[in-house]
Amino acid sequence: MDEKQNIRTEESEKNASAKTNPAPSVKPVEKKLFFLSSSPHMKAPSDVRMIMWIVIAALLPAVGFSVYNFGFHSLITIAVSILAATITEEIVNLARKRKMTINDGSAVLTGLLLAMTLPPSLPLSMVVIGSVFAIFIGKQIFGGLGNNIFNPALIGRAFLQASFPIPMTTWTIPRTVDAISSATPLGLFKFEKTLTPTYDLFIGTVGGCIGETSALFILIGGLILILLRIADWRIPVSYLGTVVIFSGILWIVNPVNFPNPAFQLFAGGLMLGAFFMATDMVTSPVTPKGKWIFGVGAGIILILIRQFGGYPEGVMYSILIMNCVTPLINRFTRPRYFGEIKQ
Amino acid sequence: MNLRTFKKGVRPSEFKEFTDGKSIEILPLPNEVFIPVQQHIGAPCKPVVEKGMDVKTGQIIATAGGFVSSLIHATISGKVKAIESFPHPLGGQGLMIQIVSDGKDEWIDTGEDNPKVRDWEKLSKDEIITAIQNAGIVGMGGAAFPLHVKLSPPKGKTIDTFILNGCECEPFLTADHRMMLEQTDDVVLGVRLIMKALGAEKAIIGIEANKPDAIEKITKAIVPFPNITVQPLKVKYPQGAEKMLIKAALDRNVPAGGLPMDVNVVVNNVGTAIAVTDAVMRKRPVIERVVTVTGKGIREPKNVLARIGTPFQNLIDFCGGLTEDAAKVLMGGPMMGVTQHTLAVPVIKATSGIVCLTFESVVEKTEYPCIQCGACIRVCPMDLMPTRLARFAQNCKWDEAEKFGIVNCIECGSCAFVCPSNIPLVQRIRIGKLKVNEIRRKQKTAEKVESI
Repeated sequence: MDEKQNIRTEESEKNASAKTNPAPSVKPVEKKLFFLSSSPHMKAPSDVRMIMWIVIAALLPAVGFSVYNFGFHSLITIAVSILAATITEEIVNLARKRKMTINDGSAVLTGLLLAMTLPPSLPLSMVVIGSVFAIFIGKQIFGGLGNNIFNPALIGRAFLQASFPIPMTTWTIPRTVDAISSATPLGLFKFEKTLTPTYDLFIGTVGGCIGETSALFILIGGLILILLRIADWRIPVSYLGTVVIFSGILWIVNPVNFPNPAFQLFAGGLMLGAFFMATDMVTSPVTPKGKWIFGVGAGIILILIRQFGGYPEGVMYSILIMNCVTPLINRFTRPRYFGEIKQ
Repeated sequence: MNLRTFKKGVRPSEFKEFTDGKSIEILPLPNEVFIPVQQHIGAPCKPVVEKGMDVKTGQIIATAGGFVSSLIHATISGKVKAIESFPHPLGGQGLMIQIVSDGKDEWIDTGEDNPKVRDWEKLSKDEIITAIQNAGIVGMGGAAFPLHVKLSPPKGKTIDTFILNGCECEPFLTADHRMMLEQTDDVVLGVRLIMKALGAEKAIIGIEANKPDAIEKITKAIVPFPNITVQPLKVKYPQGAEKMLIKAALDRNVPAGGLPMDVNVVVNNVGTAIAVTDAVMRKRPVIERVVTVTGKGIREPKNVLARIGTPFQNLIDFCGGLTEDAAKVLMGGPMMGVTQHTLAVPVIKATSGIVCLTFESVVEKTEYPCIQCGACIRVCPMDLMPTRLARFAQNCKWDEAEKFGIVNCIECGSCAFVCPSNIPLVQRIRIGKLKVNEIRRKQKTAEKVESI
C-alpha cells in the first residue's frame, strides 16, 4: 500500500510540474522519477490471493452437493465456520498489530475446509469452537499464513473430535432432516461388516461429513486444481495409489475382513483429503521426491488406522502425521543441483 | 523444426515487437564520450593518456591491468577533458576518460593493409588471438569476460565445440537478432575465426525459435561449411545462459563451480563474433556496439549503433525521448538488467540494451508470506531451492546456504518472476551468495596462513 501511495504522490507531482511547465518534448532528468530496484523487473501475474480463491472455487461443486444431500443446514454450518475463522484471524491481526489479511482468502479457505469435515448435525457452537481453534492454534500461533506446521482445518477437526466425541460421530441420514444417529459407510463396514455399494459412494448419496461424501464432485474440483497447477498431481496420485495397492493386497489375502480397494478409495474423507488437504502447499513438501514420500506415507498410515486401528476413519490423522514430518522430508529430498557431482 | 531446450525455466512476455523489425540505425557522433576503465570482468585498465592530450579514434587510451583484462580504445577523435569518476552503468561511480569530440572522427593509422580484407586462412591461432586481444574484445552479451582469455584454455583442456549464442532470451532486446539479419556474413566469418583460434572441430549456432528469419538467413549462409550447424531452440528464459545453452545444444552438464571449458565448449555471443571479424579482417577495435533502446517508456524504440562511452541521454534523445510515464531505465533486459539513476551513464561494451519501463510496470507488489508452493523450485534452471536459499540468506544461515548450493545460482531471476507471494527471492539469494563467497575466501586465506 505504501509503495502505491508513493507512486501516486509522485505522479501527481509530475502532473503538477507538467501544468506549470508546458509540454516539454523530452522529460528533464530528475533523479526522483527513476525507480531503483534489483532485477528482475518483470513479474508473472500469479498471486497468493488468486491461488486461495481458486481453491475455494474448486470446492464449490462439493459444497453444492452437500446442500443437496444434507439440506440447507450444511450451508449454515459452512457460513458459521467461515465467519468464525475470519473473525478470529482479524482479532489476532489486531492483537499483533498487523494488516488485515481477510482478502488473502486463507482464513476463508480454512473455515470452509473445516466445515466440510464436520458432521452435518454438529451444533453450531461446536463449529465455532473448532473454527476458532483451527485459526488460533492451528495457524496464528505459528506466525500466520505460511508458517503453520499442520493443516489448520484438520487441527480444528482433531480438537473437536477429542473434545466432543459423541456429536462428532453422530451422522445424519442423507436426504432427510432428521439428525438420527446412523453410521457412515466406513463405520458400517468396520462394526457391522456391511458394504455400501460403490456407485452410491462415488456419487455421494451416503452418510458422512458435510463435504466428503461425493467422490465425483470432489474429483471435479480436484482436477481443476491439478490442471491449474495449484495442487501438485504427485500427492493425490501417490496417496490414492498407495491406498489402492495396500488395501488391494489386504483384500486379496482376506476378502471377508478387508473391503475392496474401490470402497477404500471412495468411502470416507479420502478424496477430500487427497485433493484438498494433503495438497495444502504450506504443510506438504516442496520437492517432487518429497511429495511422493508424503503421499505414500499418508496412504500407509490411512489403511493402518482404518483396518487395524480403533477409528473407522484415518484420513485426518494420516495427513496430520505426514504434516509433522514434512520439514524433515524437505531437508532430505533436496534435488541435486545442476552439475552437482555425486558424493 | 527440431527444437531443443533445457529443463525448467520461465516464459515471460517477449515484447520484442517494439524493435525486431527495425534496422540498425547509426547514432550521430556524440559531442563527448565517457569511457570507463572497467568495462569487463577482471582487473581495471590503467589510463595511458593525460588530460589535455589529443586522441584519435581507435587509439589505445588504457592498457590492460593484467592477463584477465582488456584494452580500451578511444571511440571518437578529440581532446581528453578529464580522467575522473563519473556515474557507472553497473552502479556507483567509476574512473572514466572523458573525451570531447573534434567532430572529425579521425582514425589512428592501424597498419599497411587496413582496411583491405586480409587472407585470414593463413593466420595462425596465436595471430588471431593477438588481433582479438589488441582489439579489446570482451563478451558482448553482458558478462564482458575478456575474449582472448576465453580463447586460451589452460593446458590439458581441449575445446571440441564452439557455441554461438544467438538466443537473446531476455524480453525486449533485439540487438543480436538484428545483427544476425544484417551482418550475417560477418557473424559466420566470426564463428570460423573463433573456431580456428580454438582449434574446435565444430560450431553450433543456437537461436531461439522466435527469430525464424534469422534462423533461415544463417542456415543459408552456413551451407558451404558442414562443420557449422544451426540449432533452433525453444523460446524460454534463461535459454541464453551459458550452462543452459550447452545443455540444450549438446546435452552436456557443466559441473557445478566449473566453466564451459570443463565440458570442452566455449560459448560466445553474436556481437562478439562480429567484433572478432572486425578485429581480424579490418583491424578495427571495439569502439561501438548495437544497443536496443526500447520499452513502453520510450517514444520511438530503435536498434542503435552507438560509440562506446556515449551517454544514455544521447541514445534516448535519438529515440524521441522518454515518455511522460517513464519510471525506470535499465541497462540490459528486464530480467537481469541494472536500474539507472541518471541518464549521464555511458554505453559500455556490455550494454546490449536500454529498456525504459513505465509506472504501471514498476509498482512494487505487496510481499506475502511464502506458502511453500514450490513454484520457484519448479522453474529454477539450476535445480536449486530458491525459497530455502532466500530464507537461509535472510536468517544469516551461511553454512546451510552453502550446503544447498547457493553459489551455483546464476541470478537469472526466474524464481522472483514466478513467486505468487512477490518475495524478492533472487535479490536475497544474491546477497547470500556474496556473503558465502566472502566467507569462503576468508577461510582459504586463513588456511594459507596456517600452512605457512
